[in-house]
Amino acid sequence: MTTKIEFEQFTFENRARTPEEFADIAKELRRDVIKSLYLARSGHSGGSLGTADIFAVLFFGAVMRYDPTNPNWNERDRFVLSAGHICPILYASLARAGFFPVEELRTLRKLGSRLQGHPGIDMELPGLETSVASLGQGISIAVGMAINDKYLDKNERRVFALTGDGELQEGSVWEAAMAAAHYKLDNLCWIVDNNDCQIDGRVHDVMSIYPLDKKFEAFNFFVIEIDGHNFSEILSAFQTFHQNHKNKIGKPTVIIAKTKMGFPISFMNDSYEWHGIPPNEQQMIQALSELL
Amino acid sequence: MKVFKLLGKKATRFGFGEALVELGEKNDKIVVLGADVTTSVLTSFFRDRFPERFFSIGIAEQNATTIAVGLALSGKIPFFASYSAFSAFRNADQLRISVCYNNANVKIGGGHSGITVGADGATHQSLEELALLRTLPNMTVVVPCDYLETKKATHSIAEIYGPAFIRFGRAPLPYFTTEDTPFTLGRAEIFREGKDVAIIACGTMVWEALIAAEELQKRKGISAKVINNHTIKPIDIKTIVESARECGAVVTAEEHQVHGGLGSAIAEVLAKNYPVPIEFVGMPDRFGLSGEPEELLEYFGLTWRQIYSSALKVIERRDYKSGSNHIYRKINEIVSFSDELL
Repeated sequence: MTTKIEFEQFTFENRARTPEEFADIAKELRRDVIKSLYLARSGHSGGSLGTADIFAVLFFGAVMRYDPTNPNWNERDRFVLSAGHICPILYASLARAGFFPVEELRTLRKLGSRLQGHPGIDMELPGLETSVASLGQGISIAVGMAINDKYLDKNERRVFALTGDGELQEGSVWEAAMAAAHYKLDNLCWIVDNNDCQIDGRVHDVMSIYPLDKKFEAFNFFVIEIDGHNFSEILSAFQTFHQNHKNKIGKPTVIIAKTKMGFPISFMNDSYEWHGIPPNEQQMIQALSELL
Repeated sequence: MKVFKLLGKKATRFGFGEALVELGEKNDKIVVLGADVTTSVLTSFFRDRFPERFFSIGIAEQNATTIAVGLALSGKIPFFASYSAFSAFRNADQLRISVCYNNANVKIGGGHSGITVGADGATHQSLEELALLRTLPNMTVVVPCDYLETKKATHSIAEIYGPAFIRFGRAPLPYFTTEDTPFTLGRAEIFREGKDVAIIACGTMVWEALIAAEELQKRKGISAKVINNHTIKPIDIKTIVESARECGAVVTAEEHQVHGGLGSAIAEVLAKNYPVPIEFVGMPDRFGLSGEPEELLEYFGLTWRQIYSSALKVIERRDYKSGSNHIYRKINEIVSFSDELL
């Protein structure tokens, strides 16, 4: 028996919203993630679900400027998903923002799809800024974009980038951090998805990255720590970054978002085993029933 | 026939450094990233002329490569140069995923390349990067033969869209091309006509190939064709196959490991299109040593002498041994082979 999977075509506007509205959007994004991963039969559930609340605010809370009808709009803010493996949540967000038909989410990881297993711009997916996935590289690309905007084009654009926390074990990440601070990139907002989970276990067991706040402070970042599942805190963190950018504080902003991998699905929540697997049919049905 | 004369000695890195300034004058999209060795690879010329378009990244080549991608995805034409060992090997993953998979318009300068970096020793003698780079989809790989050609090639890679690598060196070496010497990216140039053997070389070995050809003519009456195959990728299949067809025997010469570089690229082309015997002159699968550049070239067999003896050997293989279907007039009337190896 195979359950028929439907993707209802509707989009969300990018505007000021209440926490309740964000909760509804995050729920829809999570449903998209569950369905597309189930159909793909492989992929990364944990981080995609755990960051859905952040994506809901980032894409649909007037945090980033973008125009789905003109993906290459030269005044848009740019988002780089350095943790490329959690692209199902990015694809869901782009689809729900109107960059491409929501129905396309069913092609995730399939031959010929624009939704590659890890993002690749050669497939020309609207809204996707760069190919990413080898961990640590996306954040350096974001630093390059921010250097461009601040020093060469001298515009008001902003660059948002999201890394995992296990990803911070890659040494080049700290090269990027050094450069971001050296070039005083107050137009860069770095989000760390701090779920303390990676494939092999807890980040603090595999190779500790802590203390994270002090590390970034020592690198001369403006550090914000939040509960990554609290919409008010998420929104307020992004607003602080907006202020930092407007006030030209001469420092990059990092938002360390404490999240739970797989949140809030009962059998996935805070479980690193869900880093790199999709739900089977029964798990998919169960997960969707928890997201009503 | 074109005749090349030795015009002097000058390091190819000057061609790169000077070209960057010329490029900077005419195109404000040209930006340069440095990783602390700017005065070595002469990106310092650009830095001093256009400080606002130069970004110092420190000793962090992985980061510099990927920041360059961010700049390229913002419409700039970034050049990132360091020693080849660092700008085209240490950062292999960044080149593969961020530069090439993105087809980002990033230009990599590989300085202090080859054995001729000299006394710095094996760690700094990059002799493997061509093998890596030419396997990367979207990547263009250029190894110019002298100072002026490096200048032309630097301009050329800025004009095409997409990832490109240009190799240059530290030591003052012969320069012999002129403004009139043709240079087109992707087209191998015949620097000397000949019909008995084709010597296909790149970089510093082109001058050595010209000397070898002259000596072959003088001592043995052998007419050697010399091809400057500066673009390793995309490779000029037509010129290579035509030369093999005409001569029936090929010698490749490069300042790089014999595995994976120009010689391998030529062998791939010929194995598929027109198999003939090939001899490979290059670094014999080992690491280098400290020493003076010319001493090292001599020590590791990267001079005209090895090209000369390889030419004799490959002709012998063609005419007397199996391994070739090429029908060719035997030239033993012209020259009797001995074991003489210079």
